[in-house]
Amino acid sequence: MGLNKSDMTLLIVVAILALGAPFILNPFPVDSGMAQFNAGYPDLMQRFVIFGILAIGFNILFGLTGYLSFGHAAFLGVGSYAAVWMFKLLSYNVLPAIALSVVVAGLFSVLIGYVSLRRSGIYFSILTLAFAQMSFALAYSVLSNPKFNLTNGETGLQVYAGDPQIFHREGLPDVPHLFGIAMRDNFLELKMGGWEFTFNNGYYLCAIIMLVVFYLAIRLFRSPFGLMLRAVKSNQNRLNYTGLNPKPYTLAAFIISGMYAGLAGGLLASMDPLAGAERMQWTASGEIVLMTILGGAGTLIGPVLGAGFIKYFENIFSKINDNVLHQWFAFMPDGMEDFMVFIVHPFVGKGWHLTLGILFMLVVTFLPGGLVEGGQRIANLFRNRGKKKGDDDSYKPDPEHHPKETPHVAE
Amino acid sequence: MGILEVKGVNKRFGGLQALGDVNLSVEENIVHAIIGPNGAGKSTLLNCLVGKLIPDTGSVTFDGQSVLGRTPYEINQMGISRVFQTPEIFGDLTVFENMVIPAFAKRDGSFRMHAIESVAAEKDICMKAEQMLVEVNMQDKIQMHAASLSRGDKRRLEMAMCLLQEPRLLLLDEPTAGMARADTNNTIDLLKEIKEQRDITICIIEHDMHVVFSLADRITVLAQGTPLVEDSPENIRGNPKVREAYLGEAA
Repeated sequence: MGLNKSDMTLLIVVAILALGAPFILNPFPVDSGMAQFNAGYPDLMQRFVIFGILAIGFNILFGLTGYLSFGHAAFLGVGSYAAVWMFKLLSYNVLPAIALSVVVAGLFSVLIGYVSLRRSGIYFSILTLAFAQMSFALAYSVLSNPKFNLTNGETGLQVYAGDPQIFHREGLPDVPHLFGIAMRDNFLELKMGGWEFTFNNGYYLCAIIMLVVFYLAIRLFRSPFGLMLRAVKSNQNRLNYTGLNPKPYTLAAFIISGMYAGLAGGLLASMDPLAGAERMQWTASGEIVLMTILGGAGTLIGPVLGAGFIKYFENIFSKINDNVLHQWFAFMPDGMEDFMVFIVHPFVGKGWHLTLGILFMLVVTFLPGGLVEGGQRIANLFRNRGKKKGDDDSYKPDPEHHPKETPHVAE
Repeated sequence: MGILEVKGVNKRFGGLQALGDVNLSVEENIVHAIIGPNGAGKSTLLNCLVGKLIPDTGSVTFDGQSVLGRTPYEINQMGISRVFQTPEIFGDLTVFENMVIPAFAKRDGSFRMHAIESVAAEKDICMKAEQMLVEVNMQDKIQMHAASLSRGDKRRLEMAMCLLQEPRLLLLDEPTAGMARADTNNTIDLLKEIKEQRDITICIIEHDMHVVFSLADRITVLAQGTPLVEDSPENIRGNPKVREAYLGEAA
């Protein structure tokens, strides 16, 4: 496959995790008190891998070149709109929808990238943010009027019975499908003892696509092109004086990254044929940045972990309400129980952002390399156990020299 | 006709005439030093040669082609490499990766989309990078992060990166500034080796007279933005005008 041993291992591990997710994410029996922490239901699993794709793509731009785009949600939204239009015009088959969403997001990113990449650092971020908010405004109101209704405004774009759907035939499901296989159906529902596992068509399509684009991302990271992108982040001046033009490299990275986001948007629409403008809002762009930094920018697996982490919090922590809390603390004396519920209450349910914020601060402060760095530290602890101090013959930096730390954001 | 011809170059920054009517001709395959006191315009001149600055008037031609209006990467692709006063290297990358980048630039030009095959699969490029590292005696540091090298090694690495591109003209901007004596001597030896083994023209801007007189075949003295004299090292040493403008009577 053209990968070295450690990359191959990584790909296999990710493949096992992705394909086995219905098992792995459902560790608790259905009727146990812990069942609410199960994440193995189709809707959430789809989100894990789709936002994983989004973060992998974002990381190609941000992790490698250091250009922090604050408008990536625009590509996600554009991809979704393109996919729903394919459903409306052609048929509910997801293949043309996904293909068009990638192409449209790619073209869109050529335009935004060409203008935004004339500046770097904070100015680049502001430009992308401005473009994304303009796209949001366009989708929300401008491109939704009786004469020319491209986005259907705040209702969101969806498929109506009167739409042409020229390739729609009798016998094909009336929901997004892949040659007749409906995305929302489950091909297997396993009941084993108290456990239930659901195997969903849509999830497996997303997971397989995620594995393919993850594999492509690994190849890109190890390629000369990936090396040049890292060189852009490290020292653009030297790159210029080495006879290399940083502009097309960064633009290419921007476009690839935009196409990943478009793919994610197309998949979102394929799982649930609805595209709304809120998908393009700046909070959505910010969430992508959070995922990547939380997981570990510039690492291969980090963004996927970050995406999973945030989506888990969004869906699981937000469901914990006061009743659940009272159950948890029921073993305590009454006054104590109320007090504990009072303390924990702001951090769960609607307040899950608070927990996420605290976790984000902790990770950025103590693990600047994200969750991946945390994993590496734990692995090193195990590896070094039983070894005497000084046994470690791996490279140690010269204490006399202090290499400057890699900045999170390109200057 | 030299490989590098500078004719009637003027450069003004507001009220300051940084370069005034500079004429300079660098012969092929020699070491040409440009010296001068602080503020003489040495670095401005260099920046005009590599495309960082555009002179107000005058022409700069390299091998018969004008370099004016070209970007630094285009000028580099013409065969001019530059070593900076403070080493400019890719600090976040390993020494090996630092060496591979100029090798790709030499082979593939200023941009090539090359996103699927791995770097390790490019056997000839990797060989070239390794050979050059052996040549500058850095093969034991191949997997180190470039940022953690000593200053002398950073300079050595930057020089090796430039040499890997087999430039026809190598521009050195005070290559020994801030170096310890031992490192300075190492650099002199390295440059002497380069000069003997390759068909390369070296243009060097330097403060340190020891470096200049041990390397240069030809010296131009700049003062207040204008070339004062151009001559061989022996004559420069004895020239009273140069003594007055630069070396001072005591020298």
